[in-house]
Amino acid sequence: MSNLSAEGGHGAVPLQGVPTGEGVTPPEPEWPLWEVFVRGKRGLNHVHVGSLHAADDRMALLHARDVYTRRNEGVSIWVVRADAITASSPDEKDPMFAPSGDKVYRHPTFYDIPDNVPHM
Amino acid sequence: MTLTETARGPAPDAELERHFEATIARNDRIEPRDWMPEGYRKTLVRQIAQHAHSEIIGMQPEGNWITRAPSLRRKAILLAKVQDEAGHGLYLYSAAETLGVSRLELTELLLAGRQKYSSIFNYPTLSYADVGTIGWLVDGAAICNQVPLCRTSYGPYGRAMIRVCKEESFHQRQGYELLATMMRGTDEQRAMVQESVDRFWWPALMMFGPPDADSPNTAQSMAWGIKRNTNDELRQKFVDMSVPQAEALGVTFPDPELRWNEERGHHDFGQPDWEEFMEGVKGNGPCNAQRMAHRRRAHEDGAWVREAATAYAAKQRKATA
Ligand SMILES: [Fe+2]
Ligand SMILES: [Fe+2]
Repeated sequence: MSNLSAEGGHGAVPLQGVPTGEGVTPPEPEWPLWEVFVRGKRGLNHVHVGSLHAADDRMALLHARDVYTRRNEGVSIWVVRADAITASSPDEKDPMFAPSGDKVYRHPTFYDIPDNVPHM
Repeated sequence: MTLTETARGPAPDAELERHFEATIARNDRIEPRDWMPEGYRKTLVRQIAQHAHSEIIGMQPEGNWITRAPSLRRKAILLAKVQDEAGHGLYLYSAAETLGVSRLELTELLLAGRQKYSSIFNYPTLSYADVGTIGWLVDGAAICNQVPLCRTSYGPYGRAMIRVCKEESFHQRQGYELLATMMRGTDEQRAMVQESVDRFWWPALMMFGPPDADSPNTAQSMAWGIKRNTNDELRQKFVDMSVPQAEALGVTFPDPELRWNEERGHHDFGQPDWEEFMEGVKGNGPCNAQRMAHRRRAHEDGAWVREAATAYAAKQRKATA
């Protein structure tokens, strides 16, 4: 019983000797992938909640409603084709965020204000 | 190979690996576009994909009773619960896709029987009491597994688990309430509940997987922060949680070795039949063939819907072009 473990979440599933999908040719073209953003309530930003497949934008919206807002989680939904998003790499050796790393003077705590100055 | 790749040369793996290890050590999350070891990625694909398959196949045992629910209230509840399980499957497929596999590929692997799903769903649901027992014990065991997974090291998986866990609480409570209602009924109803609990207790314990000594993957999964507790720890937690719930309900568990151990501060309990478990994983459980046949049929029956939607979308695009 060696290849099993409880990481199935809903129950133990094998974690070895199971193919991972690379090289499997799907027999039909897949609907495009959409990223879903939900505004939780008025006054808040839309927040990314996940993705789904849909044939067109209208179906993407309806599926997003059914998958991500079954319990009043949102008052507004955006769906965006995943291939239309341009993203930075969060990590790697990417100097993308370096420009903000050394500018401590952009933060209010950089400045010493005497204790007796109120409301600042 | 593009010009930039040539200019940058091959990725310095050792350094990337150190960076990955440091992120894990800080208890930070790994996100989709981060570099990750191939073993980590593959383990996650297997785990998340088969978790997703479990949610999808998991609709069948209970879906079986929707048309025969005893009241409109129970029917509405069961419909909502089964719909949630579909949602759980979709959250998880969405998380798996961030690892560079497609949902359709994973579906193909399930339909071909090459990826598995949790064996718990290979047991039949013989009475309406099973709907209650599944909510209480099966979703209860899933909660024990899934709550620590909210802190798993892979960001999209943890976020999916947070959504899932919020909904599981409803699943467990509606099941327990259903059983409690039956226990206040006739002797016959009480007997139905006990019979159902007797059938599901051992399979529920099997959901946590083989004992730690027989789970060689656990150490690696814990080192990667994918898994947070061992199989035996989670099983113990589940047993300790369930015993007082059973007492309050007025049912017993079919385990003569089950008793409180003052010294350990935990319940002692017997081992499930691991032979039976292995047979289920291999595809020889009581309902494996039925579950797979149903899943394949549903997929094939849905083909015309997928084709029609694709054709309609293409037509709309042409019209607006
Ligand atoms: Fe679920
Ligand atoms: Fe559930």
